[in-house]
Parts: sequence; structure tokens; C-alpha cells
Amino acid sequence: MTTPIITVEGITKSFGDVHALTGVDLEVEPGTVYGLLGPNGAGKTTTVRVLTTLLKPDAGRATVAGYDVVSQAAELRTAIGLAGQYAAVDEILTGRENLEMVGQLYRLSTAEARSRADEILERFDLAYAGDRPVKTYSGGMRRRLDLAASLVGRPQVLFLDEPTTGLDPRSRIGLWEFIERLVEGGTTLLLTTQYLEEADRLADRIAVIDKGTVIAEGTSDELKGRIGGDVLELQIANPENIPAAMAAVAGMCCGEANLDDDGETIRVPVESAVGTITDAVRRLDAAGVQLVDIAIHRPTLDDVFLTLTGEHVTQETNGNGELVGAGRGRRSRG
Amino acid sequence: MTAVTERPNTSPGNRIAWEIRDALVITRRNLFKYVRVPTLLIFSTVQPIMFVLLFAFVFGGAIALPGNLDYIDFLMPGIFIQTSIFGSTNTGIGLAEDMNKGLIDRFRSLPMSRSAVLAGRTVSDSVRNLFVVFLMTGVGYLIGFDFQNGFFSAVFAIALVLIFGYAFTWIQATIGLAIKDVESVQAASFVWVFPLTFASSAFVPIESMAGWLQWFARNNPITHAVNGARYLVLGEPWGSASDVWITLLWSGILLAVFIPLAISNYRKAV
Repeated sequence: MTTPIITVEGITKSFGDVHALTGVDLEVEPGTVYGLLGPNGAGKTTTVRVLTTLLKPDAGRATVAGYDVVSQAAELRTAIGLAGQYAAVDEILTGRENLEMVGQLYRLSTAEARSRADEILERFDLAYAGDRPVKTYSGGMRRRLDLAASLVGRPQVLFLDEPTTGLDPRSRIGLWEFIERLVEGGTTLLLTTQYLEEADRLADRIAVIDKGTVIAEGTSDELKGRIGGDVLELQIANPENIPAAMAAVAGMCCGEANLDDDGETIRVPVESAVGTITDAVRRLDAAGVQLVDIAIHRPTLDDVFLTLTGEHVTQETNGNGELVGAGRGRRSRG
Repeated sequence: MTAVTERPNTSPGNRIAWEIRDALVITRRNLFKYVRVPTLLIFSTVQPIMFVLLFAFVFGGAIALPGNLDYIDFLMPGIFIQTSIFGSTNTGIGLAEDMNKGLIDRFRSLPMSRSAVLAGRTVSDSVRNLFVVFLMTGVGYLIGFDFQNGFFSAVFAIALVLIFGYAFTWIQATIGLAIKDVESVQAASFVWVFPLTFASSAFVPIESMAGWLQWFARNNPITHAVNGARYLVLGEPWGSASDVWITLLWSGILLAVFIPLAISNYRKAV
């Protein structure tokens, strides 16, 4: 086993009566992507702020790239990059000027900072907008520039705090592609997210964090093993046909079909979404069962929490009914 | 991607050189704003010029000065000081804006000097003050103002105005980083600066003030600064060399107190 590049042992942090972190332990292997998953107010951002030297922990010990977050903060900063919850870029400057400024503050020479900015603009598909003031950028472009800025210093460890919160689904998927690209080079990435889907897609390992502590840790598959993976949900027209329907879909994949508490919905665990619905419809058709509804339910953060804590997280939605975030009714920085 | 393992060495001389470079990078970034947003430059200079004109033409006739001194000559050193102190309120506001946009978080996570963001902000605000002082001098000359002690005294007068204003930018930096909310900072940075400036010798002779106010006005550091600038612009009896020294001493004390306070607030900024 290699030496972890991030170690966190028993970190606590309180703000007055608010106990933001009540004891966080983590280990992150070099070259991996680690996801911190949890609702708002769980302690994700506080953990990142401690690891990036923005906050001093009350107790406990943490190291990043071999440097202690308290006693070697200055050295540690040379080894990390951070992109926070909002795009921390100067709107007045152009994209290129923003990156050159960050480069100079990483203490590259002016010429180095310039060539690094060009290189990164190219890599993040921003070269065409590099000489425009950032205030003309779309939200997705700003996030991309913010990500780009965090890479200027060629960090060993990159911290992304909710990199896609507030983005529309299309920009989110676009940003995921950039994040995947940037970790191909071997940078260790620690990212926080409220979205299970995001952690699932990007992270090698995931820590579920709640009320200031880690309540579960493992690979995406391990966690799904605990909470159950994708489930096919069926509702059929005639209740008399339920046994026939359950028999028809039983052999589809990897588990028994079972009937929900309401006595109407049949659930079958499935492995992959691809072709599943077609397959199920064919089977049911062959058995002469008429469907009312069919859907694949993917586990959400709420399912994770329900399984791990027995509590629901309150889902906050915007006017269009899209999920914008999850928390316990409290709007605060995770 | 490879990690950067080579870092500039950190001998003390080198460290100071890096701190200066970091501060210059930030200064440049702040000054860009005035170049890119011309309306900002126009409106931040209109106000001081308006003050010159209003005071000269509205109050000028009502204020009798001993020795037949023109009010505009009396006014200009006062208004230089007033402008550089009012200008310092931008320092706290600018820092609060950076904080709310997450830029301070980014800067604090970079391997740059802990003082650079503040040094860059206070220096760029002083550069703007210098620009405004030049502009006001031009307007003053159009309506009869004159530096009466020659070129070098004029240079010293402007330097004194900038040094005193610079000390105030650090007070405002401390306030801005402590309060954080932009609108509150705006109010908090003005609320004490306004009475302090008006209860000084900046606009009227202290002898014309209410009796109880005279004691305060005489000991107000702003009065010393104004009188120091007047001494350099007009000569005695409008101020004395000791006012210049007292102003430099006050500037030194304010800097010695507020630079560490502001940096400590910056380190703790959430």
C-alpha cells in the first residue's frame, strides 16, 4: 500500500455553538479521485477549508502532500490547487489575465505565467474567449476558468468544492468531462458534492459525511452494495397479474423481484440501465401482462441517507422542479 | 502532470523581493478596474472636484480669513486631506467585495505572501488618490489656487497627503475584513470619517466653531495633517513644521497598529 497523500485524523472545528466538524478521519491515495458526499451543512466545505489552510482545526491532525496543515501551511500551499463553491475569478480581467495573475502568484516568472495561461486556456476550450473580460462569460465558462486557475500551479493535490453546484445539467456534464481529463495526468483530486451521481461518476472512493463526521466510506460499488443499486419499478394494470409479472421479470438480472409495501409496485434490482426497460417490456408482453408504469430508479443522496441514518434529507427544488441541492432545511455552506 | 518541486528559495532578502512582487501583481490587478471601467474613474473623480467647486463658491464668501487669504488657497490643502481620507473608504469596500466573490479564499490558498492582497489594495487606492489630487489641483488652479512655496514644497505637501491617507487605508482594510458585508462596510467606513474630517481645520478656521468642539478639533489628527499640508502649500501662520512631524508620527502609529490588525483579520477571513 502506498503512503496516503492526504491524511486526516480526528479533525474537529466549531464556530461558537455550531459544531461543524465533530471528528473527521480520511485517507486518500495518491493519483485517485476522492469524493466527499453529503448534504448542506454536513461539514464538506469546512473539511476542504481545513485541508487548504483557510481554517485552523480546533483539534486533530491533517497532512496534505506530506505537509502539516497548521505547522507547514506555507509549504502546503505550493502543492495544492483550490476551486471553491463560486467561480473565484476577477470579472474585470480577461480569462487570460486571470490565469496569468494566478500564475504570477504561484511565483512563476512573467513569461512562464503567460505560456502556462495559454496552455491551460487551450486545454479548457477557453482559448477563443481568452481575451474577453470574464463578465461576458457564461456560468459554465466561469466555472471552467475557475477550475483552470486551480491548475495553474501544477498542484499535486487539487480540491474542488462543489464544482458543479448551480450549473444546468448540460454544463454539469461538460464540466465532468474536464474534471476527468485533468485527473488523467495523475493529480490527486478531492471533491465535495451533494450529488450521488456526480460522486459515482468521478470518484474512485467516496466518504459520506453527515453532521461533521464520516458515516460511511468505500468505493461507489461498495456503497451501492449497502444502499442497493439501480431498481426497476413496475406498476401493472390488473393486480391479479402481479404473480405472473413477478415471475416474468425475476430472471432479468441479479435479484428477486419483490412487491412494495403499497402492494402495487414491483421492484427488481437491475445492473445496467441500457436495454433494461425494453427487456422488461418484452418479458411482460410475452407473459400477457399490461403495464401502467415502468421506470428505473437510481439511488439518490436521499436513499444513501435513508439507509445510513434512517433520516431523509430535505430536497430543495427550484421553480422548475429540478433538484438544486439537498440539506436539512438549513441553507448553509456544507 | 508533474508536481512543481523547485521553489524559489526563501532567504530573507528573497522573501521580501517576492512579497513586493506579489503586492505589485495585486496592485496591477486592482488598477485594471479603473482602466476597464471608465465610468468608475469618472464618478470617483467627479465627487472630489464637486467638493472643490461647492466649497469654493458656496462657502467661500461666508468664511472670513485673517490676512485677506483667498478661501481657495485655504481650502485646497484641506480638501486634499479630506479626499485622501474619503478615498480610503474604497479600501474596505474593495476587500469586502473580493471576499464575497471568493477571491480572498483563492488568494489565501495560493503560496503568495500574506500581506500582498492588503498591500496591493492599499497601494492601488493610494495611486488613485494621487491621480485625484492631481486632477483637483488642476481644477483649483483654474479658480485661483496656487502652491505658494515652490515646487519642492508642493511635492512634499502631496506626499504628506498621500502618506496620511495611506495610514487610513489600513484602518479601512481592518474594518472591511472584519465586517465583510459590502453595504455594511460602506456605511461603517464612512460613519466615523465624516464627522472626524468636518470637525477639523479642513474647511473652516477652528476659531469659528462651537467652543466645546474647538478642543476636539485642535487635537484631531486630521487638523494636524491639514495644517501640515497648509504649511507646505502656504507657509506660516497657516500651519507649522511641527504639524508636519505630528502628522508623520500619527501616520506611523496608525500603520504600526492597523497593519498587523488587518493582516491578522486577513489570515482569519472566512
